[in-house]
Amino acid sequence: MTDFSPSSTPPASVQTSLLTLSDRTKKRNANERRFKAYGIAAISVGLLMLLVLVVTIFGRGTGAFQQTFVTLDVALLESKLDKTGARNIEDIKRVSTFGYAPLVKGAMSAAIEEHGVSTSLKSKQLAGLLSKSAVAQLRAYVLANPQQIGETVEFRFLAQSRVDGYLKGRVSRDSIENDKNISVAQLDVVDALVAAGVIEKSFNLDFILGGDASDQRPEAAGMGVSMLGSFFMMLVVLALALPIGVAASIYLEEFAPKNWITDIIEVNIANLAAVPSIVYGILGLAVFINYMHLPMSAPLVGGLVLTLMTLPTIIISTRAALKAVPPSIRDAALGVGASKMQSVFHHVLPLAAPGILTGTIIGLAQALGETAPLLLIGMVGFIASNAPETLGEGLLSPNSAMPAQIYEWAKRADPAFYERAWGGIIILLLFLVTMNTVAVVLRRRFERRW
Amino acid sequence: MPTFWLIVILLALTACGFFGGRRRALASANGNPRDLHSLPVYYGANVAMSIAIPALMTLAIWLLVQPMVIETRVSASLPSEVIAENTSIGLVMGDVRRLSDGLDEAVVQGIFEEKQSFALNTEATDVRAALGTVGVALGSDVRPEVLAAAQQYRQLSSTGKRAMTLVCLMLALGGLALSLRNTNKTFRARNVVERGILALLVLAASLAILTTVGIVFSMLFETINFFGLHTWRDFFFGKTWAPNFRGDSELSMLPLLWGTLYISAIALLVAVPVGLFAAIYLSEYAGSAVRSFAKPLLEILAGIPTIVYGLFALLTVGPLLLKLFGQGEEGLLGLTWMSGATSVLTAGLVMGIMLIPFVSSLSDDIINAVPQTLRDGSLGLGATKSETIRQVVLPAALPGIVGAILLAASRAIGETMIVVMGAGAIAKFSANPFDSMTTITTRVVSQLTGDTDFASPETLVAFALGLSLFVLTLGLNVLALYIVRKYREQYD
Repeated sequence: MTDFSPSSTPPASVQTSLLTLSDRTKKRNANERRFKAYGIAAISVGLLMLLVLVVTIFGRGTGAFQQTFVTLDVALLESKLDKTGARNIEDIKRVSTFGYAPLVKGAMSAAIEEHGVSTSLKSKQLAGLLSKSAVAQLRAYVLANPQQIGETVEFRFLAQSRVDGYLKGRVSRDSIENDKNISVAQLDVVDALVAAGVIEKSFNLDFILGGDASDQRPEAAGMGVSMLGSFFMMLVVLALALPIGVAASIYLEEFAPKNWITDIIEVNIANLAAVPSIVYGILGLAVFINYMHLPMSAPLVGGLVLTLMTLPTIIISTRAALKAVPPSIRDAALGVGASKMQSVFHHVLPLAAPGILTGTIIGLAQALGETAPLLLIGMVGFIASNAPETLGEGLLSPNSAMPAQIYEWAKRADPAFYERAWGGIIILLLFLVTMNTVAVVLRRRFERRW
Repeated sequence: MPTFWLIVILLALTACGFFGGRRRALASANGNPRDLHSLPVYYGANVAMSIAIPALMTLAIWLLVQPMVIETRVSASLPSEVIAENTSIGLVMGDVRRLSDGLDEAVVQGIFEEKQSFALNTEATDVRAALGTVGVALGSDVRPEVLAAAQQYRQLSSTGKRAMTLVCLMLALGGLALSLRNTNKTFRARNVVERGILALLVLAASLAILTTVGIVFSMLFETINFFGLHTWRDFFFGKTWAPNFRGDSELSMLPLLWGTLYISAIALLVAVPVGLFAAIYLSEYAGSAVRSFAKPLLEILAGIPTIVYGLFALLTVGPLLLKLFGQGEEGLLGLTWMSGATSVLTAGLVMGIMLIPFVSSLSDDIINAVPQTLRDGSLGLGATKSETIRQVVLPAALPGIVGAILLAASRAIGETMIVVMGAGAIAKFSANPFDSMTTITTRVVSQLTGDTDFASPETLVAFALGLSLFVLTLGLNVLALYIVRKYREQYD
């Protein structure tokens, strides 16, 4: 028989109310809250970093899309440009940019006089407010329109980078003490001319479309040519990585027998995806440039290197897309008499196409932003100022690429280039965001759930 | 004939072959496709593939191999005193190539007649000046031996090119004839075509292997060259990294490895706690609204190109740290710890930010894979949510999380742009995180950009460094995969 008798001594804990928490419970609850707070803090840190990054990029980069221009009426004196008066283009060409400098100086002095600005500066210092590219711009115009010689034409010249920096708040009167490019007296003139409307800030299309400029002229540097370089590289990547990647995935997913060779290929692809990008640059330098003697700095070489780098990404996403097509589709095709090859190419591949496309676009976006391998194959260190004209030239003549151009600007000494580097990043990110959005939209629009 | 036109001709032949084959097959069945073994397109495709594949492949291989063969033959025939004067065979061959390209260009532009260009000698003509007019700048006056080598180079190239054209066209025509002869209504065209396509697919898949082999061999050969010029003891066990051009460089990997590991450690110190807690919160606590909003936003961080992080380190984080921790004089915190904007901490912090989404999304997947029953059991016993996570979910997910951290470490070690722009260029052993230090990837970039001379140990060391980097990251990846596979709990 069981004999139950309540023990005479009750449990040690005296407190028995359910409405008050024991110390231990309180501690556990506090732990719980703390743990949750850590999580929230971690997410906030991550999101805060993203915010800081975005704010920094836009805060420091938007300035690059604006540029300070000086509007001047330049008298194209016949006595300076075409002494014979015969408008013979060969004679006009003989006048170098040096010969145009007096015209610019004259125009600047005239503008000063017209707006009643009093200054003790010489015309040379006044002309120094303009970019060094002003004379070249003038000469190009005259050579294109020789009939205008003798008339007075209105020009919009770029202001030099210090003037631009002054208007954007990058350069102040205190910061230029030891600067031999500009003086306080010149800034006084700038203030007066801004008030008169001669100097003004406006949108600068040349930053988006123009080429790079030497490190003396940050105000004239633009992203356009390096954008073309990136474009040609992406062309190569698309033309090679997509067909090869899709073919490899089809084989591995649909045809490959399960044996050790296939295993090796699979492990290999997984590892290739994790190889540091700079190693691909070393490969490109050793194989494509040193061994095959393809031209240095050519977008073709860049494209080949990026193709090798992108292939694993494309293969992995294509295989996932092929895997997502249900086996019943294959079985149905085989059941009505299609061969294995026909079932894949006629049925599985079209159904997997949206997934493949998404993966390809993401791979391309990754390749577009990659810099490290491009450094090794020489896509930095020179000035990409001339746009290629034909496809062959675009592939083979030296060029830069968007991220390489940004790196190049970040390396230069003049802080005016930093603004352009941030501006370049805005353009680069715009491309990446567009590509990723297209990929997401494609996936949403065409993805099928079976 | 330029290669471009050869390709155009081959493609045109292929197109003709396609229609020809199709027609011939139909004709053999008296125009009734039902009598054919395969669909008519397969007969066309069979002919087209027999033309294009052998010819185009030969063309590609020929284009790859020919320069090598010519190179070895020309360099073998160069007198040794020319090489001795110019220090290296590579430089002389560079001259030879430039000269022969220049002569070809001069013929195209009509400065020399085809015949005349081969009969040039250095005494009668100023070759350098003549080439200058067509826009080919030569570094020095042309030596007779170099000119002779260049002429041999051109001779061999043009012979090779002619032979290539001939062989490719023969192959194409042979393929055309053979496949057309085979084409009749009983020919099993589809099977043949499908076998051909399968072979192409296999070829594409093996390109992945080829890339790996290319990576390993390209670096291995140059590394062996490097160890021929420089002792391996110094590379692996030396103490200083001090390349110079006097020929007594000290090229040791260790200071670079120290910098790399130090920066990676700081990056992981930032990324692992933040990433892990973010993953725990997102998978265990967050409602679907927060999750669908915070997860993609965090993953944006992973999609930002590294050049952006590099610029951020160089122009924002570096100067900020400098302002806080002093710049010769006292900083805002009253300290004088830093001397320049580039430092281990600058690069490490920024790299940490970059790795946050990497750690968080991998860990997130792994935590989500822990079955709900484990959580329910723990909660049912009265554990709080955080106790469940710490004592049940995390131990179950641990191998996966370790794998994720190792993958992040391999990312950090191989990262280039952030350290190139943020870490500095001084190779030293120092424990001070405010010091400027350098890494393996930075040195690879600096040794291989600009003028590279593949005969000097200062250039070749980059390949040895690259190979070490490759082995290091590959090892970490393999280890990560191994841990994940070996210790993965099998729940179902």
